[in-house]
Amino acid sequence: MTDDKDVLRDVWFGRIPTCFTLYQDEITEREAEPYYLLLPRVSYLTLVTDKVKKHFQKALRQEDVSEIWFEYEGTPLKWHYPIGLLFDLLASSSALPWNITVHFKSFPEKDLLHCPSKDAVEAHFMSCMKEADALKHKSQVINEMQKKDHKQLWMGLQNDRFDQFWAINRKLMEYPPEENGFRYIPFRIYQKLGLSTLYYPGTMQTKVGLELRERDLPASERYLPAYASPVLGIKTTTERPFIQKLFRPVAADGQLHTLGDLLKEVCPSAITPEDGEKKNQVMIHGIEPMLETPLQWLSEHLSYPDNFLHISIVPQPTD
Amino acid sequence: MAEEPEAVLQLPSSAAAASGETLSELSPETVTPEPPSSAAVSPGTEEPPGDTKKKIDILLKAVGDTPIMKTKKWAVERTRTIQGLIDFIKKFLKLVASEQLFIYVNQSFAPSPDQEVGTLYECFGSDGKLVLHYCKSQAWG
Repeated sequence: MTDDKDVLRDVWFGRIPTCFTLYQDEITEREAEPYYLLLPRVSYLTLVTDKVKKHFQKALRQEDVSEIWFEYEGTPLKWHYPIGLLFDLLASSSALPWNITVHFKSFPEKDLLHCPSKDAVEAHFMSCMKEADALKHKSQVINEMQKKDHKQLWMGLQNDRFDQFWAINRKLMEYPPEENGFRYIPFRIYQKLGLSTLYYPGTMQTKVGLELRERDLPASERYLPAYASPVLGIKTTTERPFIQKLFRPVAADGQLHTLGDLLKEVCPSAITPEDGEKKNQVMIHGIEPMLETPLQWLSEHLSYPDNFLHISIVPQPTD
Repeated sequence: MAEEPEAVLQLPSSAAAASGETLSELSPETVTPEPPSSAAVSPGTEEPPGDTKKKIDILLKAVGDTPIMKTKKWAVERTRTIQGLIDFIKKFLKLVASEQLFIYVNQSFAPSPDQEVGTLYECFGSDGKLVLHYCKSQAWG
C-alpha cells in the first residue's frame, strides 16, 4: 500500500480545465464573460462552483436568479455524480477545456436533483460512503467511526485536504488479514452509447421519438431515459442507469478477480472480442486501466472519495 | 421465513416497453398490491435467472412516529426509482407534498432519489425481498 500512495495523491489532485459559459437565452444586464476554472475530479459540481455562480449572477437581473444548473452538449450534468465521472462519460473525447453551459432558468426537474445547499451534497456523499461500506465490511467500519470522523471525511473533501481525508479513509480501505480483500467491491458502471448503437430500425419508439436498439440490451437495461432535442429528434449520447451488482474481489479458487473479470460478468458488451476491433474505452479517472488489474487494488487506489469505483464505458474515439 | 409468492407480470416485456409506460414519469398508481401467487413469465432467454422477474418484492417499514402502512409488502418494477417510491408512500399516507420523507436501506444509508430499486434489491435484498425503512425525519446520519 505504501508504495502506491502516490497513486492516491494523483487521483485526489486530478483537475479538469473547464470553461463555463452562460446559456445564450439567459437575459443579462451586462455581458457575461466566460469563466475558467480547474475542477477537482473527485469533487462535485455544486461544491466547487461558488465563484462561477457569483460571476454569472452579477450579469443577471436579480429576479432571474434561481437555482443554478449545468449542461454539456445538451445533457444536464448531475451534481451528485463526481466531476471526473461526468467528464469521462460525456466529454473525454473532446478537446480541453471542457465547455460547460451555465443555466439559471428552466431547471430540468426530470433529469437533475435539486441541490438547495452544501448540506445536500454532504448528505449524498455520506450516504454513498455508507453504502460502499455496507458492501465492503457489512457497514462495520463506518458504524464504528465517531461522528467527528464522518465530519472529517466530509471536511477533507470539501476543503480539498488530502491528508485530513485519508487519515480516516484508510480505515475504510482495510480488511481482515485472513481475507484477500473486501466482502464485495463497490463499483458502478456507466455507459455512453454512440449514435450508431442507438439507432436501429424497427425497434421500440420512445416518448421523445427516439428509436432505441432495445433487443440487444439485457432486460434490466432496456429502459433508457433518453435526452433528446425535441427539435432535431437526435442526440449523440444517451444514458442508462448504472450497473451495480454484488461482485467479490476474490474468486472461489482464491484467484484475485480482475477488472476484465468484472466486465465479463456484468457488462460483457464493453469488452473487445479477441478477434474484434476495439469499440470501447473502459475509463476510471481519465485513464484506461489494464483489464488484468486486480479489482481489489483498483478499489483501494482508484475509488472516488465516496469509496465507489465509478467506471465509464465510452465509445472508442474514431480519429 | 415465509414463502415468497411470485409477482404477476402484467405485460410481456416488449409490449411494456413499446407502450412507453416504463419510460414515463413514475406514477404511484402503477404500484399494485401484491397479487396472489402465480408463475413469473420469463421475458427472454439471455438474462441470468435472477433477472427473470420483472418485479421485485419490497417490504416497507415505518420508523419513529411516521405512520405505518397497512399493506407493507409491495411488488414494484425494478426500474422504479426511490423518488417514485417516496412519492407513492407520501400519497398513500396522505402527507402534504411539502413534507419530507426519507427512505433507508439496511437502516443505514439513504439511496439517491434517482437510484432504481432493482439495483438495490440485487445488492441489498435478502430472502427474496428488499426491506426499506421510511421516515419523516432523518433517521440515520
